[in-house]
Amino acid sequence: MTVNTEVLKPPPTEVGVLGWLKKNLFGTWYDTLLTIASVVFITVTLRGVLVWALRSAEWGVVRTNIKVFMVGRYPYDEIWRVWASVGMFVVMTAVTLIVWRREIPRIRRAVTIAWIAILVLTIILLKGFGDVPLIPSVPISIWSGLLLTLALGVVGIVASFPIGIVLALGRRSSLPVVKVFCTMYIEVIRGVPLISVLFMSMLMIPLFLPPSLRLDNVLRAMVGMTLFSAAYVAENVRGGLQAIPQGQYEAGRAVGLNEAFVMVLIVLPQALRAMIPAIVGQFISLYKDTSLVVIVGLLDLLGIAKAVTGQQQWIGLQKEVYAFAGIIYFVTCYAMSYASRRLEKQLGVGER
Amino acid sequence: MSQMAISRRRVMGTLRDERFLRAMGQVAFAVTVVLVAFWCLGNYQARGLTFSFAFLQEEASFDLAEGIAFSPVDPYWRAFVVGILNTIKVAVLGIIMATALGLVAGVARLSTNWLISNIASVYIEIIRNTPVLVQLFFIYFAVILKLPELRDRIVLPGPMFLSNRGINLVWPRPTEAFGAWLPLWVLAMAAGIAIYAWRVRLERRTRRPVSRLPWTILALAIPLIGWFVVPGNPLYADMPAVEGLKVVGGTSMSPEFAAILFGLVIYTGAFIAEVVRAGIMAVPKGQSEAARAQGFTEMQILQLVILPQAIRIIIPPLISQYLNLTKNSSLAIGIGFLDLYAVSNTMLNQSGRIVEVFLMIMAAYLSMSLTISALMNVVNRRLALVER
Repeated sequence: MTVNTEVLKPPPTEVGVLGWLKKNLFGTWYDTLLTIASVVFITVTLRGVLVWALRSAEWGVVRTNIKVFMVGRYPYDEIWRVWASVGMFVVMTAVTLIVWRREIPRIRRAVTIAWIAILVLTIILLKGFGDVPLIPSVPISIWSGLLLTLALGVVGIVASFPIGIVLALGRRSSLPVVKVFCTMYIEVIRGVPLISVLFMSMLMIPLFLPPSLRLDNVLRAMVGMTLFSAAYVAENVRGGLQAIPQGQYEAGRAVGLNEAFVMVLIVLPQALRAMIPAIVGQFISLYKDTSLVVIVGLLDLLGIAKAVTGQQQWIGLQKEVYAFAGIIYFVTCYAMSYASRRLEKQLGVGER
Repeated sequence: MSQMAISRRRVMGTLRDERFLRAMGQVAFAVTVVLVAFWCLGNYQARGLTFSFAFLQEEASFDLAEGIAFSPVDPYWRAFVVGILNTIKVAVLGIIMATALGLVAGVARLSTNWLISNIASVYIEIIRNTPVLVQLFFIYFAVILKLPELRDRIVLPGPMFLSNRGINLVWPRPTEAFGAWLPLWVLAMAAGIAIYAWRVRLERRTRRPVSRLPWTILALAIPLIGWFVVPGNPLYADMPAVEGLKVVGGTSMSPEFAAILFGLVIYTGAFIAEVVRAGIMAVPKGQSEAARAQGFTEMQILQLVILPQAIRIIIPPLISQYLNLTKNSSLAIGIGFLDLYAVSNTMLNQSGRIVEVFLMIMAAYLSMSLTISALMNVVNRRLALVER
């Protein structure tokens, strides 16, 4: 008698397309109900959106004003400077990605320095100087559109980073006076809305400065964003510092470093690596929050959008304009959060 | 050793003493802060500005269209109260609705149904990756203000009217019989809570699952049945109806209120969904497998094993979402809803008292934030204690 050793194939309803459908869509009777409801919902929504976007929406308002959305009142003769900055960033990003793949430590450091150099260079290029022939001055007060949104975001996070580190160290300090001051600052700022901090920097701070010291609108908004963001960065840094085991401090002290060196050489570098995801998250939320400057009267991307809907010839096109602004924000934010997830993996946060 | 050298050693010793350095460091810090503060105050006074809250008693001479009754002859402080109440209204309703939406979306995101989980994740990703102010502008300018005129209103079952004048809903209103019914109803509520507590204690004592909900519902249902059986209903449904150019009856939401409420609910709901998802996923799989192995039903597993553990992880980030919602309600000024911040803005434009009004805004938001975290911390502590 022969034994049938042939392995039975799984029934066709459990594998392949059918199996997938059964497992993911029609597992039980209520699953089936949910699936049908979802299909109806998706069809109706998608159809509505597509019919609107392809047929009834008047995208002319976006096409005509695309320059205004991007750079606002930046003089059009000088737009090459914006393009040059964008080009530098694209090249730099590509170089960074390649270097990161190859894992060459010395070049990595060079890349970091190059990034800082490029930031400075961009600011010089975009702002210009009064008497330099090729790059005449473009005052920050007329920056607007997406350019202003990006500038507010980048300046906000770059400037708030050192302040945040100092505040976090202050909050963990053993000196009671310093500790109380830093804790109060952080908690008060975190307890009030951003708009009230912006309002403070726009209206109130000028009252407490000598009349000779006049900051322009955009700069004041940047100060407000920075003061606000610093409190949140401080909490992220504190989280990072707490993740460093006590043994690291003790070992540092044991090899004869003083407290400051232990902090700068041993603890902070590890803490900063641990908090990269949190900092990127903070940057994304700061970038989204820059849209609040429209309430204090600046023309960032959203401010331009609002101004465009108010023009006589584009009246009644709010849907198109705000949808466009929303798409730009979405694409940039989504790209950033995608990049941060990749970065997290590369750095092996939480694995080492 | 000479006297000089000893005293010099003592001075140097003191200078190098860590305790001395720390004290001096703090004094230097405090002095710097005070000096900067005085410099700022000096600049403030040099502008001829004063600091006084006396203006709060003065006549506001502006009108507020939203919230409790307010007329231009009322004082400033009353305007501020109107603003606070409007903010609280948005915050409380928003928190309740956003929690419901977030729970549904978070659970849907974890659903084994591929379509449901993807619909939820598209919602979450779109909302989380765009600024809340863009969403508010879209909802207000591009959706609510684009609704048809009142005479071409959209009528939803209820009836519920949608028009560019806002939303009108049916609303329960008390009749004369309400006074007699209220104590009965309160009594039933108390009985329901007592029965629930008793069942929970019984379950804990006997260490055996005890059905709680049916008994509780029964206690609540008896007076509710009587409510409709006995003649003279304590409540009646006040239906909205159009008379000429306006709506009478029912309750209404202004377009601004509807926009800020729905905008914040949709925005915060997406964040709460992520909080809920993370909380549920943080409960180890072994927990539900062990419970299943012991013969618990799926419902019991969810109720007795997963949720009690997940909720402890969920509550702290949930608190910060509630705080965010409350703080974000200040964006109402962007669409003209008269919340605390918008009213304060009018107040300071009218009175010129920038610093005073600013301090009031800060104080109001800080106390709201502190109240919410205090309340939620109580909840958190209770949950942590009860379950252990």
